[in-house]
Amino acid sequence: MFDKEKIDKIEKHKKEWEEECVSPEVRIFPERKEEFTTMSGIPIKRVYTPKDIEGFDYMKDLSFPGEYPFTRGIHSTMYRGRFWTIRQFTGFGDPRETNKRLKYLLEHGTTGLNLAFDLPTINGLGSDHPLSEGEVGRDGVPVDSLEDVEELFDGIPLDKVSTSLVIAYPPIPCMYIITAEKQGVAPHKLAGTYQNDSFCRDVAANVRVIPRKAELKLATDLVVWSTRHMPRWYPISIVGYQIREKGCTAAQEIAFTLSEGIAFVESFLSRGLGVDEFGPRLSFMWNAHNDFFEEIAKYRAARRIWARIMKERFGAKDPRSMMVRFHTQTAGCSLTAQQPEINIARVAIQALAAVLGGTQSLHTNSMDEALALPTEDAVRIAVRTQQVIAEESGVTNAVDPLGGSYFVEALTNRVEEEALAYIEKINSLGGMMEAVETGYVQREVAKAAYRYQKEVESGETAVVGVNKYITDEEQKIEILEIDEAFRRYQCDKIERLKERRDNKEVKEALEKLRECAERDENLMEPTFKAARAYATLHEIWDVYRDRYGTFDESAMVTSLGY
Amino acid sequence: MPEGKIRVLISKLGLDGHDRGVLIVTQALRDAGMEVIYGGIKQTPENLVGTAIQEDVDAIGLSILSGAHTILMPKVMQLLRESGVDDILVIVGGVIPPEDVPKLKEFGVAEVFGPGTDTNEIVKYIRENIRAKRS
Repeated sequence: MFDKEKIDKIEKHKKEWEEECVSPEVRIFPERKEEFTTMSGIPIKRVYTPKDIEGFDYMKDLSFPGEYPFTRGIHSTMYRGRFWTIRQFTGFGDPRETNKRLKYLLEHGTTGLNLAFDLPTINGLGSDHPLSEGEVGRDGVPVDSLEDVEELFDGIPLDKVSTSLVIAYPPIPCMYIITAEKQGVAPHKLAGTYQNDSFCRDVAANVRVIPRKAELKLATDLVVWSTRHMPRWYPISIVGYQIREKGCTAAQEIAFTLSEGIAFVESFLSRGLGVDEFGPRLSFMWNAHNDFFEEIAKYRAARRIWARIMKERFGAKDPRSMMVRFHTQTAGCSLTAQQPEINIARVAIQALAAVLGGTQSLHTNSMDEALALPTEDAVRIAVRTQQVIAEESGVTNAVDPLGGSYFVEALTNRVEEEALAYIEKINSLGGMMEAVETGYVQREVAKAAYRYQKEVESGETAVVGVNKYITDEEQKIEILEIDEAFRRYQCDKIERLKERRDNKEVKEALEKLRECAERDENLMEPTFKAARAYATLHEIWDVYRDRYGTFDESAMVTSLGY
Repeated sequence: MPEGKIRVLISKLGLDGHDRGVLIVTQALRDAGMEVIYGGIKQTPENLVGTAIQEDVDAIGLSILSGAHTILMPKVMQLLRESGVDDILVIVGGVIPPEDVPKLKEFGVAEVFGPGTDTNEIVKYIRENIRAKRS
């Protein structure tokens, strides 16, 4: 793109600049460090010039927004056409409490819903199970049956909102679809996303109820059914956010996630779906961490890598199959419990990176989330942060405004290079499932996390309020409290539900589900039947557990050598 | 200084599986020369105490990020007392609001290490307080 002669001239001048400008300055003010790197360890030069992107081919490497390889964004007009969806991750207490909070958020300008479910629910356990004691409603909303989903969305017109359900496999999606039907909204009109990422559950959140291949099967069932019945729905969100929270680098975040993507694509293809049938229905989720430019480079690199994988490896023809459409959440692990108000500043910067990186949907953390789930006031500030970026900052007026920056393009290339090396490594191990079963991914992540911890402890990496600019006085802010009353409410409901429902119908539906599971059929239809009859989530999961067996946690700990 | 290496059981109680912290603490304690048994996630108070006794540990380190500490920790401490091993040093980390810390200490938890704790602090604490417990 730049001719060799001009580049050589610039480089020659750069040497003069270093002698005449830089040297005298550093004699007076030495630079703050010997070496500058991104948070993930990529070296950063003092200044970037055309030489740093020598060989750069505008049409091949960037092209235009909305065009392959989508480096500059997946839509041609991006935020000039429409802002990203403000989609705050929400869920706590019980379905009534969460319903209230959802309405509060919609009132305050959020444009999409994003539901967090509590740990018992994610693990297929009822609120009344002994293991659920102390856990109900603490970090998500409990769902014990269709009744709870109805309560959750009471008064919220499901044809008018886009809903992200951060849950996996058939049960709750079925309950959502039934709830919509009861509102008079057919499945094909619904817009939203399921997370449904079995790898994320496993590697990042350590949630493994049944063996890995069975979890992948259930995820695939949901995707296959949804692809055929819900053209406006994204039945999977392939998540990098969580694994980044575990401490991996930016390049690893996209490499491990896109490798998961490859595994999912292969799973969907194995069911006879065409790549362009489900391709346009894939979505992703990224983290927005501290290192501003590295994050922006990361999003751009991810788009370019995936576009090429879908086109070259899987033969996709529909451009929509090649797009990384993504939701972003600002980094939870960067929030400090110390001086929590300063998290507002961190989140603003991280959110800005996500916007400059072209996100389709965004969750901004609330300042109190290192301590608890957000209060109304704290989440309002988080929402307003996005609105300030959208309406006041001007960054939404040109598409991919950082495109062409020598630094950002060089960094995009570098992150891409590192990510591709990891993807290749995982390919050589036999794919993501193998890489996870043998512990390769988990070990890499743990190594990176430990390295970062040591950098913070040595002071090499600053964390304001924690190892630098520490305040002695205790900063008191109000935090949200959850107690066992929510569990008791759920338990009462389950008891009354079991009395008033048609237990014969439930029994038959669960039996049918069991038979279909034995025959390895798609479990969506029989799960619908069970959900409609008000079988509990736990009862449905019991059928899955019986069929596939429970995951052996202790065997895994041993095999990973922790 | 007690004979032999200090033995520590590190585990997560309850349903929350986020293990970034416990894996880091495990490594840090190992780097400091301690014998660390990583007990894994999803431990119930019963199987945790069982493992602690079986492994004859000097200390237990627990991580709870879900908010379930108010229910689970009292159970652990009670079981340790009932089993006659309440001289095991119990420390806790995770998302524990400051106002819950005194309550946990009343139950017998020795110390709570919240977000932002330096692992060197944990190593030092265990070394100094194991001595107290064994003498």
